[in-house]
Amino acid sequence: MTLDILKEKGIPLDKQKFTWRELVQTPTSKLDDDAFTRVRIILMNGLESEALRFSHATARMMNGDMRLPLAQVRRTEQHQQTMVNWLLPADLSPLETTIGFEQVAIEVTASVAQHEPDEYLAQVYRFGLLEDFDHLYRFSALMDRVMGADANNIIQNYSDIMPGRPTMIEHRAPEDDLRKHYDATTADPLTKIHAVTITAAENQTHDYYMTIGPMFADPIARQLYAEIASIEEQHTTQYESLLDPNETPLEKWLLHEAMEVYNYYGCMQYETNPRIRQIWERFCDYELGHLHMVMDLMKKFEKRDPAELLPQTLPEPIEFESHRQFVRETLNAEVDLRAAGTEFIHKDEEPDRAPNSIAYREQMNSEGSPSEIVAAGYNWTPGTELVEKKSVFAKGASA
Amino acid sequence: MSTRGTAAQMTGNRTGIQTSPELAEELIEGATSAAPSSEGGAEEIAESRGEYITEGFPLGSMPVVPASEEGEADEEEVGMAVLLDKLSERLAFERTGTRLYEALLNKCEMLGEAAPGPTLEEIEEIGREELEHFLLLNDTIAGLGGDPTVQSPCADVAGVASMGILQVLTDPRSSMAHCLQAMLTAELTDNAGWELLIKLADNLGYDEMKTEFEAALADEERHLLNVRTWLSESVLDSAEV
Repeated sequence: MTLDILKEKGIPLDKQKFTWRELVQTPTSKLDDDAFTRVRIILMNGLESEALRFSHATARMMNGDMRLPLAQVRRTEQHQQTMVNWLLPADLSPLETTIGFEQVAIEVTASVAQHEPDEYLAQVYRFGLLEDFDHLYRFSALMDRVMGADANNIIQNYSDIMPGRPTMIEHRAPEDDLRKHYDATTADPLTKIHAVTITAAENQTHDYYMTIGPMFADPIARQLYAEIASIEEQHTTQYESLLDPNETPLEKWLLHEAMEVYNYYGCMQYETNPRIRQIWERFCDYELGHLHMVMDLMKKFEKRDPAELLPQTLPEPIEFESHRQFVRETLNAEVDLRAAGTEFIHKDEEPDRAPNSIAYREQMNSEGSPSEIVAAGYNWTPGTELVEKKSVFAKGASA
Repeated sequence: MSTRGTAAQMTGNRTGIQTSPELAEELIEGATSAAPSSEGGAEEIAESRGEYITEGFPLGSMPVVPASEEGEADEEEVGMAVLLDKLSERLAFERTGTRLYEALLNKCEMLGEAAPGPTLEEIEEIGREELEHFLLLNDTIAGLGGDPTVQSPCADVAGVASMGILQVLTDPRSSMAHCLQAMLTAELTDNAGWELLIKLADNLGYDEMKTEFEAALADEERHLLNVRTWLSESVLDSAEV
């Protein structure tokens, strides 16, 4: 990576303009675009969503001097999110989009886990990864068994479709979802960027499932979204607890903007669709503009040198590619991990060290587990399990 | 068609303007007294949509057609691509159709067989044939050297078009008559789809395929007749005529 984010100032905020027509471009192709183009769109939509979420929360807690610049940058971020999110096509159904969200959670988190400099945070990412990995399997079963469709049309062979840490086991008491935060004074900038990136992605996944869950008619689909949305809420709790609460709001804002530059720049490196690559390039420049604006605000209001908080050059980007081997190795080694407070333990220790999680889980699952029901006896098969005549109608089917 | 459930019967449907004549009068008065902020009509939407249409981006394409034998003309490859696209569409439809009939069977099991209406055995027979048709198409595509797991553009469109049917069938609140109405849409489309496939196979010279598909169409014609009859009798019965 050669981008010097301290020198490159991108496009200043007052030159960042849109029209409605420009915001709504012809979307990508569900059939012809690479799955990782969709992964990048879903990820970057999540990061822009986080930009708005963070900005609003900050505006509500800060004094009047900060409210205008926050609102100004927020307006552009709103339109960036629109342009990015509207790249998803209408023939991508809510369930198919869900499969895309879980692929993001698997492949992006796998890349982050492998490059995270802090071993504790890397462990947190691996822990969450195995849970999202399981969600992909459950939603794939739903797609197969209710819609009669194959999740691999979306996944395009890049990610495995098989059980991870079973979703029904993922339900934990809040005290077992909080993690230790990084120390902002000593943490590697990449550690901070990773934590904000994954928090953003998971938060958006939660919000998406909460929006589309009621759109399904089938009660088991509604239950499955209810169940997995609850896990995404736990994951958001987990990942946001990695962020150092001692960072000032301006420091956090600076970090958010740096994170967006980093990710748009990474998208540029990997993008295979030239039309979409142009959008990543443009928004990378926009984010550099935001970053430098916040750097100036930091100098003005906090009398601090933002260069001390930022890397001179960007670290290696997230790898938008299949991490099958890493995920399988993690699955083999860590599927039986559970959480007790901020620590990870073997499942055998859970009754002694995390009894509240067990009690909570038993309560939630006491009238049945949607994730177990939907995937009862399910093995993903190319072309759906109907290829193997797994249907109540199979008896007597002659073909 | 009646709505099931005592709660619905007690409160009644509130969607129409006559639910509250006084409020309706105010509503109409307000709307008629307002001036639109721009000139023109619904055609403005078509003009805006038209801009995107002229950009010419497709939904998607077919994978590379299976390697043709040496010396084959390009037009045969074109024909093969169209055939595979339509086969993929039918395959997707039959696969989802199998799941639709599973949902219908589920509904009938829970509500109980009713006369007039299908028996569990009759639904099972149709479901079995939908599954057989799916498997036939799977084998046909593979036999042509195609990939049956591909979601072709026509298959994608068929999936979008039938999403509403799926929603009706999997909604626990829908009645048997609601489901039959939705299945009539599916069966009408399916019959037309098989007819088109037969014509396409015939014109492309796939005689064996044509014969197999004619047998499938005969099944589908029976499905359509059954669904149409069950629906008709059910509606007439509920109207007590």
